[in-house]
Amino acid sequence: MEQLEAFATHYNYFITIFLMVAGLYIVIARGNLIKKLVGLSLFQTSIYLLYLTPAKIIGGTPPIYDPAYATYSNPLPHVLILTAIVVGVATLALGLALVVRIHEAYGTVEEDDIISKDGQL
Amino acid sequence: MILAAKPTGDVVVRTAESLNTGLDLFILSLLLTLMAAVSVAIISNRNMFGVVILAGIYSFLMASVMMTLDAVDVAMTEAAVGAGISSIIFLATLHLTGSMEYPQPRSVGLPLFVAIVVGGALVFGTYGLPPFGAADTPMHTHTAPRFIEMSKDYLMPPNMVTAVLADFRAFDTLGEAVVVFTGGMAVLMLLRGKRKRLQGQPEDVGFDARSPVPPNAKADTTGEAS
Amino acid sequence: MRLDLILRVGAKLILPFILVFAFYVQFHGDYGPGGGFQAGAIAAGGVILYALIFGIGKAKEAVPQILVERMIPTGVLLYAGTGVVGMFQGYHYLNYTGFHPDYLRAHEWGILLVELGVLITVAGTLMSLFYAFAGRGR
Repeated sequence: MEQLEAFATHYNYFITIFLMVAGLYIVIARGNLIKKLVGLSLFQTSIYLLYLTPAKIIGGTPPIYDPAYATYSNPLPHVLILTAIVVGVATLALGLALVVRIHEAYGTVEEDDIISKDGQL
Repeated sequence: MILAAKPTGDVVVRTAESLNTGLDLFILSLLLTLMAAVSVAIISNRNMFGVVILAGIYSFLMASVMMTLDAVDVAMTEAAVGAGISSIIFLATLHLTGSMEYPQPRSVGLPLFVAIVVGGALVFGTYGLPPFGAADTPMHTHTAPRFIEMSKDYLMPPNMVTAVLADFRAFDTLGEAVVVFTGGMAVLMLLRGKRKRLQGQPEDVGFDARSPVPPNAKADTTGEAS
Repeated sequence: MRLDLILRVGAKLILPFILVFAFYVQFHGDYGPGGGFQAGAIAAGGVILYALIFGIGKAKEAVPQILVERMIPTGVLLYAGTGVVGMFQGYHYLNYTGFHPDYLRAHEWGILLVELGVLITVAGTLMSLFYAFAGRGR
Protein backbone atom coordinates (compact mmCIF):
# COMPACT_ATOMS: atom_id res chain seq x y z
CA MET A 1 0.00 0.00 0.00
CA GLU A 2 2.83 2.35 0.85
CA GLN A 3 4.53 1.46 -2.41
CA LEU A 4 1.32 2.15 -4.28
CA GLU A 5 0.97 5.54 -2.64
CA ALA A 6 4.58 6.43 -3.44
CA PHE A 7 3.91 5.41 -7.04
CA ALA A 8 0.79 7.55 -7.24
CA THR A 9 2.42 10.64 -5.78
CA HIS A 10 5.42 10.28 -8.09
CA TYR A 11 3.48 9.40 -11.24
CA ASN A 12 4.34 12.74 -12.88
CA TYR A 13 8.03 12.10 -12.39
CA PHE A 14 7.77 8.61 -13.86
CA ILE A 15 6.06 9.90 -16.98
CA THR A 16 8.67 12.66 -17.19
CA ILE A 17 11.43 10.08 -17.06
CA PHE A 18 9.66 7.90 -19.60
CA LEU A 19 9.42 10.82 -22.04
CA MET A 20 13.04 11.74 -21.40
CA VAL A 21 14.19 8.19 -22.06
CA ALA A 22 12.01 7.99 -25.17
CA GLY A 23 13.72 11.12 -26.51
CA LEU A 24 17.13 9.73 -25.64
CA TYR A 25 16.28 6.46 -27.39
CA ILE A 26 15.19 8.27 -30.55
CA VAL A 27 18.37 10.36 -30.59
CA ILE A 28 20.59 7.27 -30.25
CA ALA A 29 18.68 4.67 -32.24
CA ARG A 30 17.36 6.55 -35.25
CA GLY A 31 19.54 7.74 -38.09
CA ASN A 32 17.20 10.25 -39.66
CA LEU A 33 18.34 13.72 -38.62
CA ILE A 34 14.82 15.17 -38.51
CA LYS A 35 13.69 12.31 -36.32
CA LYS A 36 16.66 12.98 -34.08
CA LEU A 37 15.48 16.58 -33.70
CA VAL A 38 11.97 15.36 -32.85
CA GLY A 39 13.60 13.19 -30.20
CA LEU A 40 15.57 16.13 -28.88
CA SER A 41 12.42 18.23 -28.58
CA LEU A 42 10.74 15.30 -26.79
CA PHE A 43 13.66 15.30 -24.35
CA GLN A 44 13.32 19.05 -23.94
CA THR A 45 9.58 19.00 -23.22
CA SER A 46 10.15 16.33 -20.58
CA ILE A 47 12.46 18.81 -18.85
CA TYR A 48 9.62 21.34 -18.88
CA LEU A 49 7.50 18.80 -17.07
CA LEU A 50 10.30 18.12 -14.59
CA TYR A 51 10.40 21.83 -13.70
CA LEU A 52 6.67 22.42 -13.59
CA THR A 53 5.65 19.36 -11.56
CA PRO A 54 7.16 20.45 -8.20
CA ALA A 55 5.89 24.02 -8.75
CA LYS A 56 2.29 22.86 -8.35
CA ILE A 57 0.74 23.00 -4.89
CA ILE A 58 -2.37 20.93 -4.38
CA GLY A 59 -5.12 23.41 -3.54
CA GLY A 60 -3.23 26.31 -5.08
CA THR A 61 -4.28 28.50 -7.97
CA PRO A 62 -2.30 29.88 -10.92
CA PRO A 63 0.09 32.63 -9.77
CA ILE A 64 -2.14 35.60 -10.61
CA TYR A 65 -2.93 37.58 -7.50
CA ASP A 66 -6.52 37.85 -6.41
CA PRO A 67 -7.62 38.78 -2.89
CA ALA A 68 -9.94 35.79 -2.77
CA TYR A 69 -7.14 33.23 -2.90
CA ALA A 70 -4.29 32.57 -0.51
CA THR A 71 -2.31 29.69 -2.00
CA TYR A 72 -0.46 30.10 -5.28
CA SER A 73 1.74 27.78 -7.25
CA ASN A 74 5.37 28.80 -7.52
CA PRO A 75 5.83 31.35 -10.34
CA LEU A 76 9.59 31.01 -10.69
CA PRO A 77 9.71 27.68 -12.64
CA HIS A 78 6.96 29.02 -14.88
CA VAL A 79 9.19 31.94 -15.86
CA LEU A 80 12.18 29.73 -16.53
CA ILE A 81 10.18 27.33 -18.71
CA LEU A 82 8.28 30.10 -20.49
CA THR A 83 11.51 31.52 -21.85
CA ALA A 84 12.95 28.05 -22.44
CA ILE A 85 10.09 27.15 -24.81
CA VAL A 86 10.72 30.13 -27.10
CA VAL A 87 14.48 29.64 -26.98
CA GLY A 88 13.81 25.97 -27.70
CA VAL A 89 11.98 26.73 -30.93
CA ALA A 90 14.78 29.07 -32.03
CA THR A 91 17.41 26.39 -31.46
CA LEU A 92 15.17 23.76 -33.07
CA ALA A 93 14.90 25.95 -36.16
CA LEU A 94 18.68 26.29 -36.18
CA GLY A 95 19.02 22.50 -36.13
CA LEU A 96 16.49 22.15 -38.94
CA ALA A 97 18.30 24.80 -40.98
CA LEU A 98 21.48 22.76 -40.61
CA VAL A 99 19.53 19.68 -41.74
CA VAL A 100 18.33 21.56 -44.82
CA ARG A 101 21.89 22.56 -45.67
CA ILE A 102 23.12 19.01 -45.10
CA HIS A 103 20.41 17.75 -47.44
CA GLU A 104 21.51 20.23 -50.09
CA ALA A 105 25.12 19.16 -49.80
CA TYR A 106 24.68 15.38 -49.43
CA GLY A 107 21.25 14.67 -50.90
CA THR A 108 20.15 12.73 -47.84
CA VAL A 109 19.33 13.26 -44.19
CA GLU A 110 20.17 9.72 -43.08
CA GLU A 111 23.18 9.75 -40.81
CA ASP A 112 24.63 6.46 -42.07
CA ASP A 113 24.53 7.65 -45.69
CA ILE A 114 26.19 10.92 -44.75
CA ILE A 115 29.01 9.13 -42.92
CA SER A 116 29.58 6.72 -45.81
CA LYS A 117 29.67 9.61 -48.26
CA ASP A 118 32.15 11.44 -46.07
CA GLY A 119 34.33 8.33 -46.23
CA GLN A 120 34.33 8.47 -50.02
CA LEU A 121 35.52 12.05 -50.21
CA MET B 1 -2.53 50.97 -16.19
CA ILE B 2 -4.02 51.90 -12.81
CA LEU B 3 -4.83 49.04 -10.54
CA ALA B 4 -8.03 48.87 -8.56
CA ALA B 5 -7.81 50.26 -5.09
CA LYS B 6 -6.83 47.95 -2.29
CA PRO B 7 -9.89 46.04 -1.16
CA THR B 8 -11.23 47.09 2.18
CA GLY B 9 -13.04 44.93 4.62
CA ASP B 10 -12.80 41.24 5.17
CA VAL B 11 -12.31 39.08 2.13
CA VAL B 12 -13.23 35.45 2.32
CA VAL B 13 -10.01 33.62 1.51
CA ARG B 14 -10.67 30.49 -0.46
CA THR B 15 -8.44 27.76 -1.64
CA ALA B 16 -9.21 25.70 -4.67
CA GLU B 17 -9.11 22.59 -2.53
CA SER B 18 -12.40 20.82 -2.86
CA LEU B 19 -13.95 18.02 -4.80
CA ASN B 20 -12.15 19.38 -7.86
CA THR B 21 -8.72 18.29 -6.65
CA GLY B 22 -9.39 14.61 -7.16
CA LEU B 23 -10.81 15.26 -10.60
CA ASP B 24 -7.79 17.42 -11.44
CA LEU B 25 -5.41 14.66 -10.49
CA PHE B 26 -7.39 12.12 -12.51
CA ILE B 27 -7.32 14.36 -15.60
CA LEU B 28 -3.61 14.99 -15.08
CA SER B 29 -2.82 11.27 -14.89
CA LEU B 30 -4.94 10.62 -17.97
CA LEU B 31 -3.16 13.32 -19.97
CA LEU B 32 0.26 12.10 -18.87
CA THR B 33 -0.58 8.54 -19.89
CA LEU B 34 -1.76 9.80 -23.27
CA MET B 35 1.54 11.67 -23.66
CA ALA B 36 3.48 8.48 -22.98
CA ALA B 37 1.36 6.68 -25.60
CA VAL B 38 1.99 9.43 -28.16
CA SER B 39 5.73 9.27 -27.50
CA VAL B 40 5.67 5.51 -28.19
CA ALA B 41 3.83 6.24 -31.44
CA ILE B 42 6.50 8.82 -32.33
CA ILE B 43 9.21 6.21 -31.81
CA SER B 44 7.54 3.53 -33.92
CA ASN B 45 6.23 5.68 -36.77
CA ARG B 46 8.42 5.64 -39.88
CA ASN B 47 6.64 8.30 -41.87
CA MET B 48 8.13 11.62 -40.88
CA PHE B 49 4.94 13.47 -41.83
CA GLY B 50 3.06 11.38 -39.29
CA VAL B 51 5.79 11.95 -36.72
CA VAL B 52 5.47 15.72 -37.07
CA ILE B 53 1.69 15.57 -36.65
CA LEU B 54 2.14 13.32 -33.61
CA ALA B 55 4.63 15.83 -32.21
CA GLY B 56 1.95 18.52 -32.61
CA ILE B 57 -0.55 16.33 -30.73
CA TYR B 58 2.10 15.78 -28.08
CA SER B 59 2.59 19.54 -27.70
CA PHE B 60 -1.12 20.15 -27.26
CA LEU B 61 -1.28 17.41 -24.63
CA MET B 62 1.73 19.01 -22.95
CA ALA B 63 -0.08 22.37 -22.96
CA SER B 64 -3.09 20.74 -21.31
CA VAL B 65 -0.84 19.16 -18.68
CA MET B 66 0.74 22.55 -18.00
CA MET B 67 -2.77 23.97 -17.62
CA THR B 68 -3.61 21.42 -14.93
CA LEU B 69 -0.26 22.15 -13.26
CA ASP B 70 -1.37 25.82 -12.86
CA ALA B 71 1.20 27.10 -15.36
CA VAL B 72 -1.22 29.10 -17.47
CA ASP B 73 1.37 31.35 -19.12
CA VAL B 74 3.51 28.38 -20.02
CA ALA B 75 0.52 26.49 -21.41
CA MET B 76 -0.31 29.42 -23.67
CA THR B 77 3.27 29.59 -24.92
CA GLU B 78 3.47 25.86 -25.51
CA ALA B 79 0.20 25.84 -27.46
CA ALA B 80 1.29 28.76 -29.65
CA VAL B 81 4.97 27.95 -30.10
CA GLY B 82 5.37 24.21 -29.52
CA ALA B 83 2.27 23.04 -31.35
CA GLY B 84 1.93 25.82 -33.90
CA ILE B 85 5.22 27.29 -35.00
CA SER B 86 7.54 24.31 -34.53
CA SER B 87 5.13 22.03 -36.44
CA ILE B 88 5.12 24.54 -39.30
CA ILE B 89 8.93 24.67 -39.33
CA PHE B 90 9.14 20.86 -39.25
CA LEU B 91 6.73 20.64 -42.20
CA ALA B 92 8.72 23.25 -44.13
CA THR B 93 11.87 21.17 -43.56
CA LEU B 94 10.10 18.00 -44.69
CA HIS B 95 9.05 19.81 -47.85
CA LEU B 96 12.72 20.52 -48.49
CA THR B 97 14.12 17.11 -47.57
CA GLY B 98 11.56 14.35 -48.09
CA SER B 99 9.50 12.48 -45.58
CA MET B 100 10.43 8.80 -45.34
CA GLU B 101 12.78 7.30 -42.81
CA TYR B 102 14.93 4.28 -43.54
CA PRO B 103 13.25 1.02 -42.50
CA GLN B 104 15.73 -0.16 -39.88
CA PRO B 105 19.08 1.52 -40.21
CA ARG B 106 20.86 0.18 -37.16
CA SER B 107 20.66 -2.17 -34.22
CA VAL B 108 18.12 -1.59 -31.48
CA GLY B 109 19.85 -3.41 -28.63
CA LEU B 110 22.47 -0.93 -27.48
CA PRO B 111 20.21 2.18 -27.53
CA LEU B 112 17.50 0.27 -25.68
CA PHE B 113 20.05 -0.86 -23.09
CA VAL B 114 21.33 2.71 -22.58
CA ALA B 115 17.77 4.06 -22.34
CA ILE B 116 16.71 1.42 -19.81
CA VAL B 117 19.81 1.94 -17.66
CA VAL B 118 19.40 5.73 -17.65
CA GLY B 119 15.67 5.44 -17.01
CA GLY B 120 16.20 2.97 -14.18
CA ALA B 121 18.74 5.21 -12.49
CA LEU B 122 16.43 8.20 -12.77
CA VAL B 123 13.44 6.26 -11.44
CA PHE B 124 15.58 5.13 -8.50
CA GLY B 125 16.47 8.75 -7.78
CA THR B 126 12.88 9.90 -8.12
CA TYR B 127 11.78 8.28 -4.86
CA GLY B 128 13.92 10.81 -3.01
CA LEU B 129 11.88 13.70 -4.42
CA PRO B 130 9.01 15.16 -2.42
CA PRO B 131 5.52 13.91 -3.34
CA PHE B 132 3.46 15.72 -5.93
CA GLY B 133 1.72 18.87 -4.74
CA ALA B 134 3.54 19.25 -1.42
CA ALA B 135 3.62 22.86 -0.22
CA ASP B 136 6.49 22.66 2.29
CA THR B 137 9.37 21.94 -0.07
CA PRO B 138 12.34 24.36 -0.14
CA MET B 139 11.35 25.83 -3.52
CA HIS B 140 8.05 27.02 -2.06
CA THR B 141 9.52 28.48 1.12
CA HIS B 142 12.59 30.33 -0.13
CA THR B 143 11.97 33.00 -2.80
CA ALA B 144 8.43 32.39 -4.04
CA PRO B 145 6.69 33.85 -0.93
CA ARG B 146 8.47 37.14 -1.57
CA PHE B 147 7.08 37.38 -5.12
CA ILE B 148 3.60 36.63 -3.79
CA GLU B 149 3.94 39.21 -1.00
CA MET B 150 5.07 41.89 -3.47
CA SER B 151 1.98 41.28 -5.61
CA LYS B 152 -0.20 41.24 -2.53
CA ASP B 153 1.10 44.65 -1.38
CA TYR B 154 0.43 46.15 -4.82
CA LEU B 155 4.09 46.76 -5.46
CA MET B 156 4.00 44.59 -8.57
CA PRO B 157 1.35 43.68 -11.17
CA PRO B 158 -0.97 40.86 -10.17
CA ASN B 159 0.42 38.39 -12.67
CA MET B 160 3.46 37.19 -10.78
CA VAL B 161 4.89 35.41 -13.80
CA THR B 162 5.08 38.68 -15.73
CA ALA B 163 6.52 40.47 -12.70
CA VAL B 164 9.25 37.88 -12.25
CA LEU B 165 9.89 37.60 -15.98
CA ALA B 166 10.24 41.28 -16.80
CA ASP B 167 11.26 42.80 -13.48
CA PHE B 168 12.83 40.55 -10.85
CA ARG B 169 14.66 38.43 -13.40
CA ALA B 170 14.73 40.93 -16.26
CA PHE B 171 18.42 40.38 -16.86
CA ASP B 172 17.76 36.68 -17.34
CA THR B 173 15.04 37.45 -19.87
CA LEU B 174 17.40 39.81 -21.68
CA GLY B 175 19.73 36.84 -22.07
CA GLU B 176 16.87 34.74 -23.44
CA ALA B 177 15.94 37.48 -25.92
CA VAL B 178 19.55 37.58 -27.06
CA VAL B 179 19.51 33.79 -27.51
CA VAL B 180 16.35 34.05 -29.65
CA PHE B 181 18.06 36.82 -31.63
CA THR B 182 21.17 34.68 -32.11
CA GLY B 183 19.14 31.67 -33.18
CA GLY B 184 17.18 33.70 -35.70
CA MET B 185 20.34 35.28 -37.09
CA ALA B 186 22.07 31.90 -37.41
CA VAL B 187 19.11 30.47 -39.33
CA LEU B 188 19.09 33.49 -41.62
CA MET B 189 22.81 33.10 -42.25
CA LEU B 190 22.30 29.44 -43.12
CA LEU B 191 19.19 29.69 -45.26
CA ARG B 192 18.98 33.17 -46.72
CA GLY B 193 20.42 34.05 -50.08
CA LYS B 194 20.72 31.94 -53.17
CA ARG B 195 21.29 28.22 -53.11
CA LYS B 196 24.92 27.71 -53.88
CA ARG B 197 26.27 24.49 -55.29
CA LEU B 198 29.41 23.21 -53.67
CA GLN B 199 32.44 24.49 -55.50
CA GLY B 200 35.88 23.00 -55.81
CA GLN B 201 34.99 19.40 -55.06
CA PRO B 202 37.05 16.80 -56.84
CA GLU B 203 35.31 15.14 -59.75
CA ASP B 204 35.97 11.55 -58.70
CA VAL B 205 33.86 11.61 -55.53
CA GLY B 206 31.24 8.96 -54.98
CA PHE B 207 28.42 11.33 -55.67
CA ASP B 208 27.98 14.46 -57.68
CA ALA B 209 27.41 17.31 -55.29
CA ARG B 210 25.92 19.44 -58.05
CA SER B 211 23.02 17.13 -58.75
CA PRO B 212 20.21 17.49 -56.26
CA VAL B 213 19.73 13.76 -55.74
CA PRO B 214 22.78 11.50 -55.68
CA PRO B 215 22.36 8.16 -57.45
CA ASN B 216 22.55 6.00 -54.34
CA ALA B 217 20.12 7.98 -52.18
CA LYS B 218 16.88 6.09 -52.27
CA ALA B 219 15.33 7.51 -49.12
CA ASP B 220 14.45 10.98 -50.19
CA THR B 221 12.61 10.13 -53.38
CA THR B 222 10.21 7.54 -51.99
CA GLY B 223 7.74 9.87 -50.31
CA GLU B 224 7.46 13.57 -50.68
CA ALA B 225 5.99 15.84 -48.05
CA SER B 226 3.44 17.55 -50.16
CA MET C 1 -4.69 25.47 -51.50
CA ARG C 2 -4.80 28.97 -52.91
CA LEU C 3 -8.07 28.19 -54.70
CA ASP C 4 -9.88 26.87 -51.66
CA LEU C 5 -12.73 29.28 -51.01
CA ILE C 6 -13.55 28.17 -47.48
CA LEU C 7 -9.96 28.48 -46.32
CA ARG C 8 -9.53 31.90 -47.87
CA VAL C 9 -12.74 33.36 -46.48
CA GLY C 10 -12.23 31.68 -43.11
CA ALA C 11 -8.68 32.98 -42.84
CA LYS C 12 -9.80 36.49 -43.73
CA LEU C 13 -12.42 36.29 -41.00
CA ILE C 14 -10.07 34.88 -38.37
CA LEU C 15 -6.94 36.93 -39.06
CA PRO C 16 -7.98 40.27 -37.51
CA PHE C 17 -9.06 38.49 -34.38
CA ILE C 18 -5.76 36.64 -34.15
CA LEU C 19 -3.85 39.92 -34.34
CA VAL C 20 -6.15 41.67 -31.86
CA PHE C 21 -5.82 38.69 -29.53
CA ALA C 22 -2.04 38.94 -29.80
CA PHE C 23 -2.17 42.57 -28.69
CA TYR C 24 -4.64 41.72 -25.94
CA VAL C 25 -2.25 39.05 -24.66
CA GLN C 26 0.59 41.56 -24.87
CA PHE C 27 -1.02 44.46 -23.02
CA HIS C 28 -3.10 42.43 -20.61
CA GLY C 29 -0.05 40.43 -19.56
CA ASP C 30 0.21 42.33 -16.28
CA TYR C 31 -3.21 41.13 -15.16
CA GLY C 32 -3.88 37.83 -16.84
CA PRO C 33 -1.82 35.11 -18.45
CA GLY C 34 0.24 36.49 -21.27
CA GLY C 35 3.24 38.58 -22.16
CA GLY C 36 5.63 39.32 -24.93
CA PHE C 37 6.66 35.74 -25.71
CA GLN C 38 3.08 34.50 -26.16
CA ALA C 39 1.95 37.59 -28.03
CA GLY C 40 4.92 37.39 -30.40
CA ALA C 41 4.19 33.75 -31.15
CA ILE C 42 0.49 34.46 -31.76
CA ALA C 43 1.18 37.43 -34.03
CA ALA C 44 3.75 35.43 -35.99
CA GLY C 45 1.22 32.60 -36.21
CA GLY C 46 -1.30 34.96 -37.78
CA VAL C 47 1.16 36.09 -40.42
CA ILE C 48 2.20 32.48 -41.09
CA LEU C 49 -1.46 31.50 -41.53
CA TYR C 50 -1.82 34.30 -44.08
CA ALA C 51 1.30 33.10 -45.89
CA LEU C 52 0.10 29.48 -45.93
CA ILE C 53 -3.26 30.31 -47.45
CA PHE C 54 -2.55 33.27 -49.73
CA GLY C 55 0.99 32.40 -50.71
CA ILE C 56 4.35 33.60 -49.49
CA GLY C 57 4.45 36.46 -52.03
CA LYS C 58 1.27 38.07 -50.72
CA ALA C 59 2.53 37.72 -47.17
CA LYS C 60 5.80 39.42 -48.09
CA GLU C 61 3.80 42.27 -49.62
CA ALA C 62 1.87 42.71 -46.38
CA VAL C 63 4.80 42.17 -44.02
CA PRO C 64 8.01 42.78 -45.95
CA GLN C 65 10.92 40.47 -45.26
CA ILE C 66 13.32 43.34 -44.62
CA LEU C 67 10.98 44.73 -41.94
CA VAL C 68 10.70 41.33 -40.28
CA GLU C 69 14.44 40.85 -40.22
CA ARG C 70 15.02 44.32 -38.79
CA MET C 71 12.50 43.60 -36.04
CA ILE C 72 14.82 41.00 -34.49
CA PRO C 73 17.65 43.35 -33.41
CA THR C 74 15.20 46.23 -32.81
CA GLY C 75 13.47 44.32 -30.04
CA VAL C 76 16.71 43.34 -28.34
CA LEU C 77 17.91 46.96 -28.54
CA LEU C 78 14.62 48.22 -27.08
CA TYR C 79 14.99 45.76 -24.21
CA ALA C 80 18.61 46.63 -23.54
CA GLY C 81 17.94 50.36 -24.01
CA THR C 82 15.23 50.27 -21.35
CA GLY C 83 17.86 49.03 -18.93
CA VAL C 84 20.28 51.77 -19.97
CA VAL C 85 17.59 54.44 -19.35
CA GLY C 86 17.21 53.06 -15.85
CA MET C 87 20.96 53.35 -15.38
CA PHE C 88 20.95 57.02 -16.45
CA GLN C 89 18.30 57.70 -13.83
CA GLY C 90 20.65 56.49 -11.14
CA TYR C 91 19.38 52.97 -10.57
CA HIS C 92 20.78 49.59 -11.44
CA TYR C 93 20.58 48.21 -14.96
CA LEU C 94 16.96 47.15 -15.71
CA ASN C 95 15.65 48.72 -12.51
CA TYR C 96 12.61 50.73 -13.57
CA THR C 97 11.95 52.67 -10.35
CA GLY C 98 12.91 56.02 -11.88
CA PHE C 99 10.36 55.91 -14.71
CA HIS C 100 7.49 57.36 -12.67
CA PRO C 101 7.14 58.77 -9.14
CA ASP C 102 4.74 55.99 -8.18
CA TYR C 103 6.58 52.72 -7.60
CA LEU C 104 3.93 50.42 -9.08
CA ARG C 105 3.35 52.55 -12.17
CA ALA C 106 7.07 52.98 -12.79
CA HIS C 107 7.51 49.23 -12.80
CA GLU C 108 4.47 48.78 -15.00
CA TRP C 109 5.99 51.15 -17.54
CA GLY C 110 9.28 49.26 -17.40
CA ILE C 111 7.56 45.90 -17.79
CA LEU C 112 5.52 47.27 -20.70
CA LEU C 113 8.62 48.49 -22.54
CA VAL C 114 10.57 45.33 -21.91
CA GLU C 115 7.67 43.11 -22.99
CA LEU C 116 7.31 45.21 -26.13
CA GLY C 117 10.95 44.49 -26.91
CA VAL C 118 10.34 40.78 -26.36
CA LEU C 119 7.24 40.89 -28.59
CA ILE C 120 9.16 42.53 -31.43
CA THR C 121 12.09 40.12 -31.17
CA VAL C 122 10.01 36.95 -30.92
CA ALA C 123 7.52 37.90 -33.63
CA GLY C 124 10.34 38.97 -35.95
CA THR C 125 12.36 35.84 -35.30
CA LEU C 126 9.48 33.42 -35.84
CA MET C 127 8.27 35.18 -39.00
CA SER C 128 11.74 35.38 -40.49
CA LEU C 129 12.30 31.70 -39.64
CA PHE C 130 9.19 30.87 -41.65
CA TYR C 131 10.24 33.12 -44.53
CA ALA C 132 13.71 31.58 -44.56
CA PHE C 133 12.40 28.01 -44.66
CA ALA C 134 9.60 28.72 -47.12
CA GLY C 135 11.76 30.82 -49.42
CA ARG C 136 14.41 28.14 -49.72
CA GLY C 137 12.48 26.26 -52.38
CA ARG C 138 13.65 23.18 -54.14
